Amino acid sequence: MSKILMKGNEAVAEAAIRSGCRLYFAYPITPQSELIEYMAKMMPKVGGTFLQAESEVSAINMVYGAAGSGKRVMTSSSSPGISLKMEGVSYIAGAELPCVIVNVQRGGPGLGDIQPAQGDYFQATKGGGHGDYRTIVLAPSSVQEFADMASEAFELADKYRNPVMILADGMLGQMMEPVEFKAAKTDAEIAELGHQHESWCICPNEDGDMKHHHEINSLEIDPLVLEKHVNDLYAKYAVIEQKELRYESYNVSDENEILCVAWGTASRIVKSAINELKAEGKSIGLIRPITCWPYPYEAVKKALGKKVKKVYVFELNTGQMVEDVKIAVAGKVPVDFWGKVGGIVFTPAEIKEKLEACFK
Amino acid sequence: MKTEMICAGFGGQGVLTIGKFIAIAGMEEGKNVSWLPSYGPEMRGGTANVSTVVADEPIASPIVSYPDVLVALNQPSIDKFAPSVRSGGVVVMNTNMCPRGCQRTDIQLIAAPMSDIATEIGSTMVLNMLAIGIVIGKTGIIKYETLEGDLTAFLKAKNPDLLEKNLTAIKRGIEIGRQ
Repeated sequence: MSKILMKGNEAVAEAAIRSGCRLYFAYPITPQSELIEYMAKMMPKVGGTFLQAESEVSAINMVYGAAGSGKRVMTSSSSPGISLKMEGVSYIAGAELPCVIVNVQRGGPGLGDIQPAQGDYFQATKGGGHGDYRTIVLAPSSVQEFADMASEAFELADKYRNPVMILADGMLGQMMEPVEFKAAKTDAEIAELGHQHESWCICPNEDGDMKHHHEINSLEIDPLVLEKHVNDLYAKYAVIEQKELRYESYNVSDENEILCVAWGTASRIVKSAINELKAEGKSIGLIRPITCWPYPYEAVKKALGKKVKKVYVFELNTGQMVEDVKIAVAGKVPVDFWGKVGGIVFTPAEIKEKLEACFK
Repeated sequence: MKTEMICAGFGGQGVLTIGKFIAIAGMEEGKNVSWLPSYGPEMRGGTANVSTVVADEPIASPIVSYPDVLVALNQPSIDKFAPSVRSGGVVVMNTNMCPRGCQRTDIQLIAAPMSDIATEIGSTMVLNMLAIGIVIGKTGIIKYETLEGDLTAFLKAKNPDLLEKNLTAIKRGIEIGRQ
């Protein structure tokens, strides 16, 4: 299949449909409106369900119900809308249901603005909703990766029966880049996907016999039962932490004097600065976490190499992922941070200036 | 080889479309491309701009700090973006809407009464295609044939008359760009 020039919002929607998503519930918000618009247009054409809920709270609870059927289900929003969904995400994590949530981040807090930001890192990776749970968080940095992550997110959600969030931002949502899609799953393949969940999902038995019914619930009144459930969740999370780490090493070598850590949109700007400084003989590496939870602590630690004298973290917030970087670096070298907020994206020239100052 | 371009003008002048057709054509010619629009609660008659990058190598930042090419269809676009154009870069300026002009002397300025020329061709709607033509004529960033193919696929069934006017505008632009 040839490449198509597409907005990130549209590309992730198309890729989700191709991955077998036939259930989508959401409420519109800028800058992810093209996503819901695309779903509204395409879902009826593939025999799927598109429903514009009356609110984000309603949409996530529709996701909760639909996920109980074992089918691939998705919702999307932008920062303020994601906050509204958080109660539902906690319930879905507690009930161990698979679903995909796309957050096309904008400036906050509150209603903030509609420009790109990375202020939801804490919310996405450290909880967001109440209780001891984790959400798998995938952070794309290009339109192609945004699209590819749709199928990856559904695979992970199905594999671990856990909510998976794709944490993008307004720039990735609004930007157009060439994208190449994987072949769409056939109806037979989609039906097969549903069968893998028959041991737990809510579905009528073929003979209509309801004796072997399943219950989906996040309420456990008995503390001993809840204790076991939460410990089981944590055993699952430990497996995810071991098996599902993803990151990109860019220009990382033993020659690096500075190591940058940046994710999503910010990482692309940092790469431009690294490329320009490389041409001037300055060696700078970059670790780009692709999974923000689980976090690639070991990769950051390993990339310190022999000569790295400082780690520089760049984010479109006031310093959130930098806390994970500090855990990884564990005081071995200083960790510096610089960010921009308010929906303003830093430029390659600004990052270059910050990095150049490290060599003086 | 990498060309970083900013197109800017009033909302409705079709600047986002300039970037889009250059990006599509660049992609079809095997280049890496990115198209990043300004978006927001813009006023009617307010400014719109788009950063387009066409490169042989993978594109790191889609944000353009120092454009190689600036297409400015009105004065606010010149005021905002001309100071950051790379020395030796190209500035395409619509003199009908830029009464104060461009003060830079270290860039290649192509100044033309683009609104008048578009009207002469038959529609102010072809202003953006005239601009693409000038950029192609000056820089060769994409091939005319690729663009003609894309526009034909886009407009032939919908509006053949407008297609003809657009192609005329592009060809006229190429002539201006080559001078």
